[in-house]
Amino acid sequence: MRTQAVWAGRIFQGVWPPIIFGVGFLALWQWFVEVRDIEPFVLPKPSAIFEQLRLHHDTIFEAARITGANALVGLAVGLVVGVVAALLAARLRVLDEMLTPLAAAMAAIPIVALTPIFNTMFASTSSTPRRLVVAIYVFFPIFVNTLRGLRQIDPVHAELMRSYAASPWTTTKVVRLPGALPFFFTGLKIASSGAVIAAIVSEYFGGLQKGLGPAITSAAAASAYPRAWAIVTAAIALGLVFYIAAVLAERLAMPWQRPQGELS
Amino acid sequence: MLLLALILLAALWELYKLVIPDDGVRLGDALILPRSDDTSMPHLSQIFGAFGKQEVAGASGTVASSVVSAVWYSLRLAAAGFAAGVVVGFLLAMAMQRLRIVERALLPYVVLSQTVPLIALAPLVYGWSGNLTLFGLDWQPWMSVSVISAYLAFFPVAVGALRGLSSPPAVQTELLRCYAASWWQTLVRLRLPASVPYLIPALKLAAAAAVVGAIVAEISIGLPGGVGRLIITYAQQATGDPSRVYAPIAGAAVMGLVAVGLVSLLDVALRRYHTQEEAT
Amino acid sequence: MSTPAAVNLEGVGKRFGEGTGAVQAVSDIDLTVAAGEFVSLIGPSGCGKSTLLRIVANLIEPSEGTVLVNGKPAGRARLDQDYGIAFQSAGLLEWRTVQGNVELPLGLHGVGKAQRRAQALELLELVGLADFAEHRPSQLSGGMQQRVAIARALARRPALLLMDEPFGALDEMTRERMQSELIRICAETSAAVVFVTHSIPEAVFLSQRVVVMSPRPGRITEIVDVPLAGRDEDVREAEQFFAAITDVREALRGRSPVTDEGPA
Repeated sequence: MRTQAVWAGRIFQGVWPPIIFGVGFLALWQWFVEVRDIEPFVLPKPSAIFEQLRLHHDTIFEAARITGANALVGLAVGLVVGVVAALLAARLRVLDEMLTPLAAAMAAIPIVALTPIFNTMFASTSSTPRRLVVAIYVFFPIFVNTLRGLRQIDPVHAELMRSYAASPWTTTKVVRLPGALPFFFTGLKIASSGAVIAAIVSEYFGGLQKGLGPAITSAAAASAYPRAWAIVTAAIALGLVFYIAAVLAERLAMPWQRPQGELS
Repeated sequence: MLLLALILLAALWELYKLVIPDDGVRLGDALILPRSDDTSMPHLSQIFGAFGKQEVAGASGTVASSVVSAVWYSLRLAAAGFAAGVVVGFLLAMAMQRLRIVERALLPYVVLSQTVPLIALAPLVYGWSGNLTLFGLDWQPWMSVSVISAYLAFFPVAVGALRGLSSPPAVQTELLRCYAASWWQTLVRLRLPASVPYLIPALKLAAAAAVVGAIVAEISIGLPGGVGRLIITYAQQATGDPSRVYAPIAGAAVMGLVAVGLVSLLDVALRRYHTQEEAT
Repeated sequence: MSTPAAVNLEGVGKRFGEGTGAVQAVSDIDLTVAAGEFVSLIGPSGCGKSTLLRIVANLIEPSEGTVLVNGKPAGRARLDQDYGIAFQSAGLLEWRTVQGNVELPLGLHGVGKAQRRAQALELLELVGLADFAEHRPSQLSGGMQQRVAIARALARRPALLLMDEPFGALDEMTRERMQSELIRICAETSAAVVFVTHSIPEAVFLSQRVVVMSPRPGRITEIVDVPLAGRDEDVREAEQFFAAITDVREALRGRSPVTDEGPA
């Protein structure tokens, strides 16, 4: 009973500074635009943005659904391939030595630039190029982090498993895999919100004109700036949803990491 | 080993073209494996050949020279963005380390900032050019690109610098308190050197992010002279000459590698402060 | 047929490295530990006592000599799980509950679910932690974690318990309590114990014989008998206790008188 109250208190403590800051920031923004009489194309008022969100929530939601679907499919594929590759690379040195430098090199390259290539490879009316770009983008943080987690093992645990005459596979199953989970989730948190961004960016390279990216461009082209910012807000919200989902997945998968009181 | 990986990839590319039918592989209605005809997947020889081709009407010189000048242009914009991002990120980190309440208020937003699709804001920022005057300077189109670049670069620097500045263990900070050292002295003599192992990987990430930001911004603005614009132009010509678009993409890749490579030079210069493996 | 000796070492030596850089960790070790006997290995840092323990555990191969555990070669004994081991750090898997950790060796060797639960709970009763079966390791103090490690080491009812400074990381009061607990547990399970320690009082309190080792290359200097009547808390204040401690201390010094080097 008491721990729940303590927990709630801690959440409140952690949450009020950013909330106060956020509210203050919005208020300042609103005041600044009104007082300095700033044009909407430079910076629209927060109130105007909210108004647009309210008015166009149907179309915005639909666009978000499409972009979100692309991001989700890409995330799922990149995740699976990344984990499998990490498992294989942990086992086969050769694969490790080839993939790891490749991953390091790819980190410096804008992956979204590959979209035009994929657009010509697949039909331009398919969502596959965008999903593929997201998958490739997601693959690298998942692969690098999961591999790092699989490679490291507490020496005490290693000796313990040897004393049990456990096979390498058993050691992997019982010790390395659960031990790698925190690392995997680090990669997932990086990849999750980035998946949404990659999905939106890939929409700028032509192809299907649905989704949040084209919606923003057409709003900007029509000089409907508050609406454009409203769609951007929706994009931010989508990214947040993915990130929060990743954090929740982490909490669910690793219940032992919740901070609890110590006894003696 | 990297070379081996690249050779394998190249072999796979040509093998794919050989084995898979021109129209790709379909599952029902959807194309699950890409088309392998020469328009969709040019032969590697065609791709390499594209570099030497002549530019089309409107530009002079070869594709290669266009790519090189575009890369040089974009690289400078990315560098400006990188510099700005590093400064902002570092100042933020210092503020957050100094005052816990600043950290608690701002850190969620720093993380949140990375969910903002910059490519969407780029046209809006671009709209400032010609219409905004800041500190006596007219807003130039290229500034929009650097701002986007800086926005992507500041995040890894802020996070990495915060971790680095907070990294000295209590024994060391307490030691300096015994010497009645001021916050500034502690910063310069303890926290800054201690943060180097965290800063180096952060700066590498920031360099890569600055490059991505510059290219993405150029694409959404269509800024002439940059690699992003070149990619779009060649992509639009893809039906006529599919192999051209690979050239600026390769250029973008080189740009990223150069940026990270330059930071690695900095790493060597700062060897004294981080003798072990980089902190991750 | 009489029970074989728990441990039998003949002419055991271990060399690390090759050629001029080679380090002789231990050499000429002859030692027999009878079934049910409690023997300590004590010596200065670097004398090879931990190395010797790991040779018995078949975690390291000796360079020369034979190692028999429970009458079998050490490798066979490890595959047959004839011993349990506890290290200086408890090495509990943080993603498992306390009970899950004790069940680890049982699960690895095919013990059924219901039986695992029952045996684990029994062992936790033995070490006095039955109430904490569902807790996570992070919630326990160092002493409690070590008790779980000991329960885990006893899971397969081994004839031999190997312990490498398991109480080294604990404070003095907890240490003394744990020593008494260990005596009680050993009495109930009648396992032989080889116990590595730095602490003379600990060695004397726990063991029937104390094996004193020399600095590198580790040799057995002397084996000191500790004939203490009854090993309860009162013994710590008995004459015989201090006499035995002095005995071991002198053995460690090589039985040479200490000369007082006054100011030069």
